[in-house]
Amino acid sequence: MSDPATATWPQIRTAGYDGFLVSFGDRLSEPANRAALAFRDAIEKAGWDGVEESSTSLVSAYLRFDPLHRDHATMRAGLEALLQDRDWFAADLPGGRRLWRVPTVFGGDAAPQLDEAARAAGLSAADAIASITSNPVRVQTIGFAPGMPYLGELPPAWDIPRQTTLTGQVPAGGLCVAIRQLVLFPVATPTGWRHIGQTAVRLFRPDAAEPFLLRPGDEVLFQPVETDALSSLQSDPDGGATCEVIG
Amino acid sequence: MTRALIIHRAGPGVTVQDMGRPGFLAFGLSRGGAADRLALSEGAALLGQDAGCAALEMAGMGGEFEATEDMRIALTGAPMQASIDGTRIAWNASHLLPQGARLSIGATLAGVYGYLHLGGGIETPPILGAHSAHLAAGLSAPVKTGERLNVGEDARTDTGFTLPAEDRCGGGTVRIVASLQTEFFAPSERTRFQTTTFRRDARGNRMGVRLEPEGDGFHSEAGLSVLSEVIVPGDIQITGDGTPFVLLSECQTTGGYPRIGSVLPVDLPRVVQARPGEELRFTFVTLDDAVQIEARARDDRQGLRSKRVPLIRDPATIPDLLSYQLISGVTAGQDSDATEA
Repeated sequence: MSDPATATWPQIRTAGYDGFLVSFGDRLSEPANRAALAFRDAIEKAGWDGVEESSTSLVSAYLRFDPLHRDHATMRAGLEALLQDRDWFAADLPGGRRLWRVPTVFGGDAAPQLDEAARAAGLSAADAIASITSNPVRVQTIGFAPGMPYLGELPPAWDIPRQTTLTGQVPAGGLCVAIRQLVLFPVATPTGWRHIGQTAVRLFRPDAAEPFLLRPGDEVLFQPVETDALSSLQSDPDGGATCEVIG
Repeated sequence: MTRALIIHRAGPGVTVQDMGRPGFLAFGLSRGGAADRLALSEGAALLGQDAGCAALEMAGMGGEFEATEDMRIALTGAPMQASIDGTRIAWNASHLLPQGARLSIGATLAGVYGYLHLGGGIETPPILGAHSAHLAAGLSAPVKTGERLNVGEDARTDTGFTLPAEDRCGGGTVRIVASLQTEFFAPSERTRFQTTTFRRDARGNRMGVRLEPEGDGFHSEAGLSVLSEVIVPGDIQITGDGTPFVLLSECQTTGGYPRIGSVLPVDLPRVVQARPGEELRFTFVTLDDAVQIEARARDDRQGLRSKRVPLIRDPATIPDLLSYQLISGVTAGQDSDATEA
């Protein structure tokens, strides 16, 4: 591909007995994440016989298929042809993505590690909030727990490590930071990421028509609100979040 | 009145399970479903119904159950002590559970997961298209004393069959294929992995089981700096201390620990049915061989129904001989072909 650093990418590997993984890098970058999202969208649109499911991780697209219905060689040939189709690192992101605006309380009792995380990033608390809320971040992938987004990429100052010991319990809706990424927890979770913000969004609603609030590729803009806004936001299933389609 | 199974008592790990809910991997939700899928196919074959019917999965311990009307049942997977109103009944077999009778299922005699199937299947309200409890995702929960589980209509009446079940309890050798990170492990580590005997650790659940190697742990050349990638059930991840975990139906959808290989779907029941302390070994097969093995396994599953045979009873142990239907194998003529998972 165009960038020499990506010369050995993309790569096609088998994943278990009945899957293929198409990877666009071995570390997270915006072009590799873009390529994974765009390539998976193309797999879905191709509608190949025998494909049972597809997903993305940070830099890869995965597909599961029935090898007794369509063999590995045929499936691999299809993937290779699709890879040749264009420069996936420069591909347009899938259509139908949305921009979410999510009211968020930063710092205080609701999110006690803001100051500590800001110090690690070499920023004042106010600058840290500004840095995180001035631009939307992309849902790079959803994983670990149902509906749980990894969001980024944050400015280089946020390349801070995870803690060596776990924070006992971050509540559902907790916004946490490390390694230039944000995570938003669907359920209360012990974590090594620092808890800097608190939202009232419910990311996973099994009984709803739309059980997952966010989709891979969506953008999220966290908007600072006062601490006392949280309780009224909690009465709204979307936690005050609003969205618009961006492409 | 609703056709239901009443739970009078249940062990702590009794859940409703079916083939799970595929399609949500991109949203971080693994498929889930029965730990031992072959047991679902066997139960379906015994009852002459769809392998997608939900059953009760019983981890280690069963419970006490009552049907609100006459129901056909089948018992598969890890064998457990079972009786109806005090009379022992056979495992890997179908029976009539009369209305009001007490079905008692005790502890497993071998293996880990036993299954109670009902004619018509359990029909709890579906969540995201499936009846399966997915405990790790918080979807549904183990069944509780006093609960009533709705059971679907059953057009058939035939019972009294048994099936020669494949013995998969007690550990043994498990076939694996190379996967996306296998080459992170040096050839010598991969060889040692195949010559090592592992003991199933006490730590384990529907997400995965830990294995204790005889001898040293295993290490990849990529160390622990691997970017998170998709996880599929059967993947064997090597954690920081060098011990392997075999990931099962409720596994996380992505993970950062490197994986040395992936267990063939057909051999996963052998992993899930190994009890703590039992021995497991792994052997790599090529992808081509894996496809052949899985094709044979599919054919075997589809042929299960033709393998069922009437239970042979010893008349001396039957107190009320004349009340039994002695001509077995008569069906209502509504056989549909066994459906494939």
